[in-house]
Order: sequence, then structure tokens, then C-alpha cells
Amino acid sequence: MTESLKIDRELVERIAKVSRLELTEEELERFTEQLKGILNAFKEMDEVDTDDVEPSFHPVEVKNVWREDRAKRWDWDPLGNSEHTEGRYIKGPKIT
Amino acid sequence: MKNVIRKATAIDEKFHVFNTIADRLEAEREGRLAGVAVSVKDNICTKNMETAAGSKILEGYSPPFDATVVEKCRNEGAFIVGKTTMDEFGFGTFNVNTPYSVPVNPHDTDRSCGGSSGGAACLTAVADFPHLAIAESTGGSISCPAAFCGVVGLTPTYGRTSRWGLVDYANSLDKIGCMAKTAAGAALLLSVISGPDEYDSTVLGVPDEDFTRRLVDSVEGLEIGVPDEYFAEGVDEEVAKLVWGAIKCLEGLGASIQNVSLPHTGVALASYYIIAMSEASTNLAKFCGLRYGLQPPLEGNFEEQFSKVRGRGFSDEAKRRVILGTFARMAGYRDAYYIKAMKVRTRVIEDFKRAFKEVDILAAPTMPVTAPRFEEIAEMEPIRQYMMDMLTVAPNLAGIPMISVPCGAVGGLPVGLHLMADHLREGELIQAAYAYEVN
Repeated sequence: MTESLKIDRELVERIAKVSRLELTEEELERFTEQLKGILNAFKEMDEVDTDDVEPSFHPVEVKNVWREDRAKRWDWDPLGNSEHTEGRYIKGPKIT
Repeated sequence: MKNVIRKATAIDEKFHVFNTIADRLEAEREGRLAGVAVSVKDNICTKNMETAAGSKILEGYSPPFDATVVEKCRNEGAFIVGKTTMDEFGFGTFNVNTPYSVPVNPHDTDRSCGGSSGGAACLTAVADFPHLAIAESTGGSISCPAAFCGVVGLTPTYGRTSRWGLVDYANSLDKIGCMAKTAAGAALLLSVISGPDEYDSTVLGVPDEDFTRRLVDSVEGLEIGVPDEYFAEGVDEEVAKLVWGAIKCLEGLGASIQNVSLPHTGVALASYYIIAMSEASTNLAKFCGLRYGLQPPLEGNFEEQFSKVRGRGFSDEAKRRVILGTFARMAGYRDAYYIKAMKVRTRVIEDFKRAFKEVDILAAPTMPVTAPRFEEIAEMEPIRQYMMDMLTVAPNLAGIPMISVPCGAVGGLPVGLHLMADHLREGELIQAAYAYEVN
């Protein structure tokens, strides 16, 4: 699969768009080249036989922790760091 | 205690270790950390003290709460002296990837402290007051700077310490740990900060432990494995020689030595970076300049606004990791990269589990080289910088505990002996580190 992979400027531009990341022309060029180099080095993963191997999403077995679903009072203001507030709301940019 | 802020300020002027220094003393309290100044890596929340995680996008962020580990220290009488500088979000091996202070190595100021907990390690080395450091590791960010600066760095088992209040980098890898001048200091701090937390569901349900009880001068009967792959190509000969000397010292104290093999050591690097970047790219999605940190005036629609804030607020390495991590999770590439990396991780964990059936702990160099010069780092391509993590990423991927202990110097630059143990076996590491240290 990785053999047919083609990393180019267009792909990096598309990734930047979905990641909401404004990049300069220079950054686009540079990251494209670096991405190629990095992924080329990471190709060695292909050599590891992982047939019938389960992926490890965690290094140890993680069990969910439960607690009583009870309301609790916090003594801090969740909007305290925001400059874009209007009353008790955060004001965001236009959606369209 | 009164002199601590003054002393910390003087150290900062010389070594650039802090992003923020406490501006007032706290009332003295009793507890296991009474009279101890604790520094906190800049990505761990401290109430009303700026926490920017080394990033412009979080500049000015003043957390309204303490991270669990910080709260635990305060409850034991500690005074939080300040926030130590780091690579942005932990993205780096040399603590140069930050728009804030770049700390300099206490043994040669033309060289790096290592990263990403560089400020913590340097401060630990030079502090002339009672001090312990809370640091954090994702792929080696405690061990690496500890080795380069010549201090003890203890990375606990994944899930030993709560991550509530940590500006997360990669959730399946992040571990909050300790740095100290000695194994005793690290053992004390770990005893304070570990344990269950109702706010972090990934903390392992194991009882609190007093690790200072493991400060016993004996390694009699301890079986130490030496992984061949950790002395392979790329490891400096002088570094390897010193580490072998330390291993022989432990043998002389009654431990037995045997060679072991961890065949997936090399490929762990690729697996680690794919996983770390994938998780980082989702974690960084929350930074959009609306609720905290960098908040430019609202202009244009949300896509334009968020893209602009992130383009300005993230520096190079963060952008690179968002791009790579997003790529690795995209439809069409996900199986070949993200899922494949998770499967390779299973292989890496199997390597360690197999080794720990034979031996109690593993011993290796922490870093393949001593601290490089800043001018050398500036010439390294990103992939070459990543390759410097070749010895620390595998144990971090497996979530096993590790401790880096100073074991001598090459040309005046410290070298670290890296001891690794099976999950939740921090006690063995502390005991071996202590026995080595006192002999």
C-alpha cells in the first residue's frame, strides 16, 4: 500500500486545510519535502509481520472508572481566560 | 525558603530554565515535601500561574485549577517555584522547538539540555536550594534531558500518575514523572504524586506505594538483562563503555548479567512517531483561539479564523506533527500507518514481556550520544532529530517504567545509565539506581 503512496504539495495542502492550519508557500514546500523523507524512513514498519496481531491502543490494559453521577460545584470560572465573551457566552466566528 | 525565588531568578538568568517564576511565597506547611521547592513542567496546570506548554497559542493562559500531581505536592507542603521551559507541547529532543526560553546545558552552555523537559533537568542539576522537578515524558522527555544534564529522571509506568491537568500530547503515551539530584529524591516525589484519581480514568487501580522504602543498598540476586540492540550502530563507543562500566559495577554488587534481545527496537521509532503524531494531531484540534491563550480579534468565518490562529500560534514542529498525524489517520492511509503502527507496538510490548520473563530489569545507555551543540542541532533534518530517540521510544511505547541515572562523563558531558523494568516495577528500578549511586 505504501508503495503507491504519492506525497505531493497538493496532498499537504489538503491536509493543512482539514487540519485548519494556515501555511505559507515556503512552509508548504518545506513540509512536503520533509514529509517525504520521514515517511520514507518509516517504511521499515512494512517489514514487520503483523498478520494476526491485534493493535495496542494502550500500553497497558485500561479499565473504565465509574463514579456516582452527581453534580458538583466548582469554584472556578470556565470563561475566566476568554476574551471573546458576551455575558455568559463565548462569542465565536461566523459559521458561514 | 525566602531566598528561593531570588536564587531561581539568578539561575534562570544564566540557564534560561523557567517560563514563569513564582512571584510570592506561600505559607509554610507541613508534610513530606515541607521546605521543598517543586518546579513544574510548563505543560502541567498550576492554579493562577501561567501554563503555556511552551507554545505561543497558550500564551497567557492562567489555569483556574491545579493538576492533580501539583495539588498532591502542595498538600504535602511543597512550594511551587515556577514553570520549567520545554519543547512546544513536548515536541522535541533538544528543547529548541519553542518560541520561549531555550535552556542551556549546565556542563557546557553551547550545548542542549535535551528535551523535552529540558528546563526541569537543567534546574535540577544546578538548583542550590531543596528542589524536586515534576516532568513529563511521551517518548523519552524525562530520560533524555536527565542523561544530558547529569541528574536522575524517573518515568513511571503508564497510568501510575494522574494526567488530570496535563496539556496532553499523546494520550496513550504521556506519563508525568520526576527528576531529582538523587534516586532518593525521585522516589520521594513519585510516592507523593502517584495514585488513583477520579478525574483520570486511565490511572491504574493500584494502591499508593511508599517508594522511599526501596532505597536499599542491595542488588543481590537481581537479574539484569543487557539488550544487544541498545549497543548497536549509532551508539557512541565512549558512551557504551561507560554504561558497561556501570553494569559491571552492579554485577560486582551481586547482580547477575545476561544478554537479551529486543528485536523490534529499531522499528519502534517509526511506530512511536506515527502514534505520537496521530494522537497529537487530534489533541491540538482544541486550540482555536477562542477560550484561552492567543485570541486575536474575530475576522472572517470560522475556517479562516481557526486556520489563521493555528498558523500563527503553532511553531514549526507542531505544524509538522499536525500534518503528519492527520495524514496517518486519513482514509486510505490509516491502515498502512496508524493501525500498522499500533500493531508494531504490540510486537514491541511482546519483546519486553518476553525479556522480563528472564530478567528483572534491563540496562542500556539512555541516549546514544552526549548532549550535542546547538549548531549541530540546527543542521539536523527532522528525521535525524527523531532518530536521536532510538533508545528511549521503545520503553515509552510499551509504557514500562524507566530511570536514567548519571554514570560518568565523556569530555565533561554526563552520560546516563538507563534502567527499565516491567509494568509497575518502579521499586526494583529505584533500588538498583540507589545501590549504584551509593557505591
